[in-house]
Amino acid sequence: MSILVNKDTRLVVQGITGRDGKFHTGRMKEYGTNIVAGVSPGKAGEMVEGVPVFNSVEDAVKATGANTSIIFVPAAYAADAILEASEAGIELVIAISEGVPIQDMIRVTPLLKQNDTLLIGPNCPGLITPGQALIGILPAMIFKEGNIGFISRSGTLTYEVVNLLTLNNFGQTTVVGIGGDPVAGLYFIDLLERFENDPETKAVVLIGEIGGDAEEQAAKFIAEKMTKPVVAFIAGQTAPPGKRMGHAGAIISSGSGTAAEKIAAFNAAGVPVAKEPAEIPVLLKQKLEGKI
Amino acid sequence: MKIHEYQARQIFRNYGIPVPDGILCYTVSEVENAARELNCMVVVKAQVLTGGRGKAGGVKLAKNVEEAVTVGKQILGMNIKGYTVEKVLVTQAADIEKEFYVGFVNDRNTKSVTLMASAEGGIEIEEVAKNTPEKIIKYPVNPLTGLLDFQARNIAMKLFSDIKQAQKAASILTKLYKLYIETDATLAEINPLILTPEGDVLAIDGKMNFDDNALFRQPKILAMREPDEEELKEIAAHEKGLSYIKLDGNIGCMVNGAGLAMATMDMIKLYGGSPANFLDIGGSSNPQKVIDAMNILLSDKNVKAVMINIFGGITRCDDVAKGLIKAMELISTDIPIVVRLSGTNAEEGLALLKETGLPTVSSMSEAAKKAIELSER
Repeated sequence: MSILVNKDTRLVVQGITGRDGKFHTGRMKEYGTNIVAGVSPGKAGEMVEGVPVFNSVEDAVKATGANTSIIFVPAAYAADAILEASEAGIELVIAISEGVPIQDMIRVTPLLKQNDTLLIGPNCPGLITPGQALIGILPAMIFKEGNIGFISRSGTLTYEVVNLLTLNNFGQTTVVGIGGDPVAGLYFIDLLERFENDPETKAVVLIGEIGGDAEEQAAKFIAEKMTKPVVAFIAGQTAPPGKRMGHAGAIISSGSGTAAEKIAAFNAAGVPVAKEPAEIPVLLKQKLEGKI
Repeated sequence: MKIHEYQARQIFRNYGIPVPDGILCYTVSEVENAARELNCMVVVKAQVLTGGRGKAGGVKLAKNVEEAVTVGKQILGMNIKGYTVEKVLVTQAADIEKEFYVGFVNDRNTKSVTLMASAEGGIEIEEVAKNTPEKIIKYPVNPLTGLLDFQARNIAMKLFSDIKQAQKAASILTKLYKLYIETDATLAEINPLILTPEGDVLAIDGKMNFDDNALFRQPKILAMREPDEEELKEIAAHEKGLSYIKLDGNIGCMVNGAGLAMATMDMIKLYGGSPANFLDIGGSSNPQKVIDAMNILLSDKNVKAVMINIFGGITRCDDVAKGLIKAMELISTDIPIVVRLSGTNAEEGLALLKETGLPTVSSMSEAAKKAIELSER
């Protein structure tokens, strides 16, 4: 078991003829992801990495039964691509595109809800169910099949921590990079709920960042609804207020969203928070053995 | 991106929000002329890109031209939270019957633009929000319909008991929402919105921030940018594909990825050091990027040691190592550097670097400890 994606996922790549789209199509295919179609308006009939290209998501869905989409189109067109997928009946959209205007995402949100479309991202590295499907730009070799669910707002920090987990023999059910933008699709709570309901997942690692109050909400959800152990880490403990740290989301303003507040919320919910990435597997082991 | 109050007032005016006349001044003699021209009681207001101007003494009332000159002298050149006041806005002083707060902001939780309004406006609004949050109305706007007239009216009626005044305020709310959307703002705030004894409703202060991701389609907003020295550095870095923010410490950091960069800063602090910056070089092994990044790091004279922390994912560590070696050949510096490589092809990368004599380590904590040790020499 796993969450959101598995070997039955039928993936369409939007923006497959672009540099990034083509490169990552090759990598995802190599991993074994079931890529059934690509979309690039005006390029129907072409093949990219052995994948047939269509002019629209609608055409791709009709011809191949695609149910999941990954988006590599430039930021200015990302919202349009997300809605195209949603209107074509795609169930899960993963938007990799970085730099999407916030208003675009705000306008997209109610339409996705209306169509029951799930979104991950934008500005995210995607997700992976090790051994089954890689949908994103994550480096495949660091992952390993196992029982840990993983949710993160970050990219390379995710790789750093997953690598530590794998080295310590903690494989993963599914690893999801939700992205760092202020207005994004699925967030901590949506995914914690799915991991709680996934029989294979034994524990969850959550990597948060400064800014917003998603971590505080996650802590509340864990305290009230989760039976499985969760271990957390918060990046940006030393970041000065009011400064944007690369991610649009990682900004502290007017006294909310600080690392200290998030750590306090997690501790109150019985979630140990690692002081540095290397401490995460240690805490996970202790938590699973019931020592903390 | 932030803009000054005088710029926000200009945008408000363009959208028909009533704002008292004001004149921007760079010198005391300009202040004198402005006060004479306005020919009434004036307020002299520091134009700096930070909040809390009033409390810092950067906003003062002047009854006549002589007083305007006196306060102009006090405010021009003063320092507010690290910003030097280079210009002031001289504006008509309005008679204030009552102060209100209205503003729009993006709300992560409701994933919408949210209207905030309060009958207790003024410089203590943050205290009001903290201590009596029930006095702030929060209304998430449906993005599919925008702020509808009746919604604006209903909210305005909660602030104003007189229907005529409420209608004036509702019209301001609708205009403020329109300009918020059309300029891709992330904050549009009027504090205070005032009621005059004559029953007029006016915006006497304005604050706006904008979404950096949307500046590509907002040329008029982009033209208003007035970056300070520190921001100029950040913008220059951005143009080279780097994300740089200067901090106060002495250990320069170069990292791939924003989250890992923040975790690196945290780790340096955890082991007793102090990071000199946030610097995300993104996911490329291009030597030019490393050279640009090193030049930016070393331009900060506080830097006593540099920690390079790369987790190779799709970018292979041996490629990163080759980029670093090439960069080091072109940069001569006495500042000690420690390199941490991990992930794809890390062993090959570390082997390449060993030949050059750069200290290399494979874990983040080792790298942080080593960098701190080097910075203390």
